[in-house]
Amino acid sequence: MKHWGFKISKPRVLDFDTANLDAYNRLIEKVPSAHRCLMCGACTATCTANLHTEFNFRNCHLMFRRGQFDGLAEELDKCMLCGKCKLVCPRGVNTRAIIYNLRIVLSDLNYKKIES
Amino acid sequence: MMDKKVLIIGGGPAGIETAYSLALQDVKLVLIEKDADVCGNIKNWDKLFPDFKNASEVREKLIRKLEHPNIEIITNTEITKLYPEGNSWFAKNDAEKIFEADAVLLATGFEVFDAKRKEELGYGIYDNVITSVDFEKMYKSRKILTSEGRVPQRIAFLNCVGSRDEKVGNHYCSRVCCINAVKQAIEFKQLVPDSKAYCFYMDMRMAGQFYEELYRKSQEEYGVTYIRGRISEAAVTMDNRIQIKAEDTLSALPMKMTVDLLVLMVGIEASAGTTLLSEQNNVLGLYGFAKPLGLYSEDNMTAKSGLFLAGTCKRPLTLPETLADARSATTDIIRYLKTTK
Ligand SMILES: Cc1cc2nc3c(=O)[nH]c(=O)nc-3n(C[C@H](O)[C@H](O)[C@H](O)COP(=O)(O)OP(=O)(O)OC[C@H]3O[C@@H](n4cnc5c(N)ncnc54)[C@H](O)[C@@H]3O)c2cc1C
Ligand code: SF4
Ligand code: SF4
Ligand code: SF4
Repeated sequence: MKHWGFKISKPRVLDFDTANLDAYNRLIEKVPSAHRCLMCGACTATCTANLHTEFNFRNCHLMFRRGQFDGLAEELDKCMLCGKCKLVCPRGVNTRAIIYNLRIVLSDLNYKKIES
Repeated sequence: MMDKKVLIIGGGPAGIETAYSLALQDVKLVLIEKDADVCGNIKNWDKLFPDFKNASEVREKLIRKLEHPNIEIITNTEITKLYPEGNSWFAKNDAEKIFEADAVLLATGFEVFDAKRKEELGYGIYDNVITSVDFEKMYKSRKILTSEGRVPQRIAFLNCVGSRDEKVGNHYCSRVCCINAVKQAIEFKQLVPDSKAYCFYMDMRMAGQFYEELYRKSQEEYGVTYIRGRISEAAVTMDNRIQIKAEDTLSALPMKMTVDLLVLMVGIEASAGTTLLSEQNNVLGLYGFAKPLGLYSEDNMTAKSGLFLAGTCKRPLTLPETLADARSATTDIIRYLKTTK
């Protein structure tokens, strides 16, 4: 199945009034260079994981930035943390650290959801 | 006639335009150029953006401007040392020939980015990866062909090669390559109308006058396709074509594409002469360019009295911007000559 970056079955808009945009600050604390990403997609293009799976690191990063967490943790599991994406990034973004820390922040967010 | 003399280092558009304006104001000057011919980088361009004017016409006009009794031209002479002593300036080449003057204009310009430094894009490794400068040279004979002599059916242009790239140490935008890609894509489509032309970009920077119009025209009339994504690598196929990988970021899908020719839009870097002579005089700015005294009215001056700047030795500029900057430098030089004894 094609992965279009959004789900066709569930009509939705990005609602900036209700989305959790603050979670991104927790990533920035750990990986300040994430701010510099200009979404050029070179990382996705070069990614070793997307040879075998449908995986788009740039889009995962953008979705997290926009407070869209659905299915993200599972998506990020496809990354092997090989760091190839870091080699091509024109903005010197620490891509690997983003993935690593996203995993932590996301599991933390889920934990809190269960608790409350 | 003023009894003061000016030395202009660099015989590109900036140096020539300043020489002409100074000569008209009765200032005597020497223009020194390292190459055998004047005109600098525009020697390599065939037609200019955004109006497709023949660069050769512009060159002829510039060369005619040098026919003035106040202008002495010395070619084949590369200045490698520049220093002030008292109220005078001295410039030397490696053969220790010395030139003396009351004021100096640095017009040593730029060099294009060496695409071999982006090894992953295959320039110098695969024959069918060329640069925008190679494209200009090929276009002079109206023949854009693959290394096998075939007419490309599919061509891709990649923006920002050597610019906006932390990996090569250049954070800045070179300002000329987006519009140059639009121009070259149109030129290619005119030569091979049934071909496909793709342009890969991160942002299309169409800020100059008539740039946006040309961009529209390339889409409407020539069907050039723009893809928002940076090509991460190029590889060669069995039949010597070029396979590129990018993400089509607007559809959020990784993509690959095989093209007959990949054109790298190389950026503007400070020339070796610009960096060397700026460094010697403590006026070295960012990325090896020369540093003006200030951004506003002091843009042609430097922290060294009697040392002036014009053109792309300061930063990336288009040709009209360079020429305007040269005329602006003239005013500052004349004011300086009149107020120093
Ligand atoms: C690929 C490309 C395409 C372009 N196409 C266009 C276009 O279509 N339209 C447009 O408006 N602009 C275009 N430009 C921009 C244009 O080329 C520049 O604005 C212009 O060349 C700048 O002139 P300059 O005199 O500052 O520098 P240069 O052209 O670099 O001239 C500098 C001169 O100084 C000489 N020199 C350097 N060091 C020394 C030394 N130590 N001693 C003696 N001499 C020295 C050099 O040999 C050279 O002749 C293009 C740029 C690029 C990169
Ligand atoms: S390569 Fe760098 S700048 Fe480009 S999308 Fe990936 S992280 Fe962002
Ligand atoms: S670190 Fe992950 S996202 Fe980056 S190239 Fe490797 S597998 Fe792909
Ligand atoms: S002008 Fe365009 S291609 Fe050139 S560096 Fe700037 S954004 Fe990149």
